[in-house]
Amino acid sequence: MANPNGIGAPVRRREDARFLTGRGTYTDDINRPGQTHAVFVRSPYAHATIRGIDAAEAMQAPGVIAVLTGADMAADKVGSLPCGWQIHSKDGSPMKEPPHFPIARDRARYVGDAVAVVIAETREQAKDAAELVMVDYEELPAAVTSLKALEGGAPQVHDDVGGNLCFDWHLGDAAAVDAAFAQAAHVAKLDLINQRLVPKAMEPRAALGEYDRATGEHTLTTTSQNPHVIRLLMGAFVLGIPEHKLRVVAPDVGGGFGSKIFHYGEEAVVTWAAKKVGRPVKWTAERSESFLTDAHGRDHVSHAELALDKDGNFLALRVATVANMGAYLSTFAPSIPTYLYATLLAGQYKTPAIYAEVKAVFTNTVPVDAYRGAGRPEACYLIERLVEVAAAETGIDKAELRRRNFVPAAAMPYQTPVALQYDTGDFAKNLDIALPLVDYDGFAARKADSVRRGKLRGIGFATYIEACGIAPSNIAGALGARAGLYESAEVRFHPTGSVTVFTGSHSHGQGHETTFAQLVSERFGVPIENVEIVHGDTSKIPFGMGTYGSRSLAVGGSAIVKAMDKVERKAKKIAAHMLEAAEADIEAKDGRFVVAGTDKSLTIGDIALQAYVPHNFPLDELEPGLDEQAFYDPKNFTYPNGCHVCEVEIDPDTGVVQVVNFAAVDDFGRVINPLIVEGQVHGGLVQGIGQALLENCVYDPESGQLLTGSYMDYCMPRADDVPSFTVRYHEDQPCTHNPLGVKGCGEAGTIGASAAVMNAVVHALSEYGITHLDMPATPERVWQAIRHHTPAQAAE
Amino acid sequence: MYAFTYHRPKTVADATALLGQFEDPKLLGGGQTLLPTLKQRLARPSDLIDLGQIPELQGIGEEAGGLTVGAFTRHAQVAHSDTVQRVIPALASLAEGIGDRQVRNMGTLGGSICNADPSADYPAAVVALKATVRTDRREIAGDDFFTGMFETALEPGEIVTAVHFQKPDKAAYAKFRNPASRYAIVGVFVAVFGSEVRVAVTGAGPSVFRADDMEAALAQDFRADALNGASVSADGLNADIHASAEYRAHLVRVMARRAVEACG
Repeated sequence: MANPNGIGAPVRRREDARFLTGRGTYTDDINRPGQTHAVFVRSPYAHATIRGIDAAEAMQAPGVIAVLTGADMAADKVGSLPCGWQIHSKDGSPMKEPPHFPIARDRARYVGDAVAVVIAETREQAKDAAELVMVDYEELPAAVTSLKALEGGAPQVHDDVGGNLCFDWHLGDAAAVDAAFAQAAHVAKLDLINQRLVPKAMEPRAALGEYDRATGEHTLTTTSQNPHVIRLLMGAFVLGIPEHKLRVVAPDVGGGFGSKIFHYGEEAVVTWAAKKVGRPVKWTAERSESFLTDAHGRDHVSHAELALDKDGNFLALRVATVANMGAYLSTFAPSIPTYLYATLLAGQYKTPAIYAEVKAVFTNTVPVDAYRGAGRPEACYLIERLVEVAAAETGIDKAELRRRNFVPAAAMPYQTPVALQYDTGDFAKNLDIALPLVDYDGFAARKADSVRRGKLRGIGFATYIEACGIAPSNIAGALGARAGLYESAEVRFHPTGSVTVFTGSHSHGQGHETTFAQLVSERFGVPIENVEIVHGDTSKIPFGMGTYGSRSLAVGGSAIVKAMDKVERKAKKIAAHMLEAAEADIEAKDGRFVVAGTDKSLTIGDIALQAYVPHNFPLDELEPGLDEQAFYDPKNFTYPNGCHVCEVEIDPDTGVVQVVNFAAVDDFGRVINPLIVEGQVHGGLVQGIGQALLENCVYDPESGQLLTGSYMDYCMPRADDVPSFTVRYHEDQPCTHNPLGVKGCGEAGTIGASAAVMNAVVHALSEYGITHLDMPATPERVWQAIRHHTPAQAAE
Repeated sequence: MYAFTYHRPKTVADATALLGQFEDPKLLGGGQTLLPTLKQRLARPSDLIDLGQIPELQGIGEEAGGLTVGAFTRHAQVAHSDTVQRVIPALASLAEGIGDRQVRNMGTLGGSICNADPSADYPAAVVALKATVRTDRREIAGDDFFTGMFETALEPGEIVTAVHFQKPDKAAYAKFRNPASRYAIVGVFVAVFGSEVRVAVTGAGPSVFRADDMEAALAQDFRADALNGASVSADGLNADIHASAEYRAHLVRVMARRAVEACG
């Protein structure tokens, strides 16, 4: 009988009972005896010299324990927040890596940059006193937008970074691309902006530092996607605390979308300050503080050109991108617009030659780093908009043009001209499934109906491929990663047959407590309620790299499989001993260990009990216990891919775009829990639609003040902004190099959706001669585009 | 939030007395603007006087053919009131479109009009429905109540107790909402009283205003197409990252047309 909680079963999320009834334990829910509260004094200026800080009055305020500054941290030899990835420019020089101190020392470089921290008995007292800290600022001109920051004479964000240029990097074969363009029958060109976004997880960032004077142990509880990474970065590089004296706990975390990967200054400050004041120190961001200080996403300005032959075959792609890094390098910032972006510019197409140049720029804005999709949505958006422009210009149907250029399934594995080797994928199949889902052939009739109602209608495609399962450590290392990117797992059977799985992955909304338990239930026949998933505590779990880049199942799940392989091998030894058979004759199936060809068998529960009650074990050959650990380092990236189709209706009177239909067909390899996968796709699509139509992070271009600093101005998508989605997946192209055949599904929706929506919007507006619109396609932007164009004459 | 002293009087008279006692008191309605302002430490009242427990500020009733709505009536109560839906359905519909469910369950009519946010919905109804704003000391014509951006004709210490709306022959409110805040980028309330047509515009300017040209055009010919020649100048209209003045001017006509169409 099939296991109702095994692989492929739509098991409802076990963690939801706790979350939906308010019984989760988030960082801010944790309170310690004697706990104090930290509030940061933050720069109101985008760029200012800090001439002095007078904390005398604040120190006198009720409840104040300490006011600490960058100078205090310098006196304690606190280091700079490290960057985890090094990029080299075209000329071989390393990227510029100016120091990024947890509290600014001489200059504040963005609105929200921490200048001092007040620690008081209560949060309100700390806030009151923070207003009394007198900072003597000398305001400086600010470099706000990436293009302006690159101009000669622009204000210098860091004195020793000339022209604000962090690096000038490239990838691909420029000569081959030039040669291909020289032969082209047609060149499609596009300038486009991938606008800056604010990540906005439901739970704001928080950190609680503790120090035990008796043991010398520090504990940091923090809203992190990867507690071991924080322990390594903060312990080794910032505070100089060895691993055995530093515990980092990431308890329940309410969403991350990348923004909680990075090591933030507040984590170091509360850990350091807890020892300094001798009491626990807690900081929790307010929502306004989250807007100002969480690392933002995207912010690319690009020019792209696609060369085609007379039949519409892609010959070459040329891309130049300027990426805004913000004021400092966040933990993985340099990797996002380079190895997670330019390497994906082949998309699903067999374009033989690709050349990309990326300039990364410092500006007086909050740092920019990974945000759901991280580089891959930017790549997908660029390619898919450009392909749509090429289709419009050549008159080739946009589905057909894509089909003509897909890497055929038969060509897998396929080496792209931009470093990656795709293992599997059947892109034409995705398209074949998608077209009838949206009744592509019926579009003309639906459009006619819209026209009758005075509306415009458009349909748009996006095909995407992403590199997930980050990452083979050897490749990542060669590309500049300063870390390995494996994952860890430990599978511990207890004497009565229940199981605890310790995983280095971290769940902050992904449902690991369900999906990972399904793996164990499937493998050993253990009821799912007897499987516990433990994550997020460096004192419990083996060294793990955490969750981002849709890696948890592909890498973390594979580590669990490896650990289960070891458990099974050990269980076979025990079974052979108990059943007096040769180890080679023991077969493991659905949790039973059978002597081949006999009816003699044991359950894993029988074996677990024996493992811990080894009264007659041959101890020379067999150790007690049933508890195994594994590390899995992937052999390649995984390549989720799919085809998204969006249909929109536009009201030309107001410019309002309504998404009326959206279908997503995805190849995630093998699917463990289809319910969770569909939920991940829905969430991703909403974020992608949000970028296309609603979300826009705006700084005042002169003053550097954040204009969209609250939900009153930063528009989050809501349920009534999106349609009911049609989501399909197929499983006949499993990943070839991990044991589960899985590819990852967390970011897919975000990657495909923005391009699909914008292609539909531009299609709807094409009768006005509009060929491109930057995101977000707000009502006014659409209306202005319409009124500045003239409708084409009615077709003859 | 800075510390303040909280009061909850049971009568308007008590509230008035409290207002006179303190250095910098503030009246609290549903708190949908004031509380976020306090949380962000943008205001520092010495005392908050909560009007939520005063029976005389509550209630919806028919009066002189129109409607009288107590100042402390929450938006959701107006939206779901059988009386409002029967007498002036456009007013119920306006209330149902304010903010979101949480805002409607807390926000009050009195709080909204006293705050006089240029993007609030209710001011359009007060002006278009020839309302009378009743206070603890006088009656103020709806046309005279809103005097500027966040400014009203209220004197210091004056408390709005109710608003009386006249019943129009027909009326409708059409709103183009800010997708983020869901305030009105432009809201147009059209009301017909016999031969008189009122077109009140909120969101577009510093304060609610009547679109004279549109009123005249509609008085001649109450059809959406009658507005084709009428327009509102972009001069002096609000402009922000969500909508320029010219876009708002354009939306006034689009929303006016929709309101006329909705009048049937």
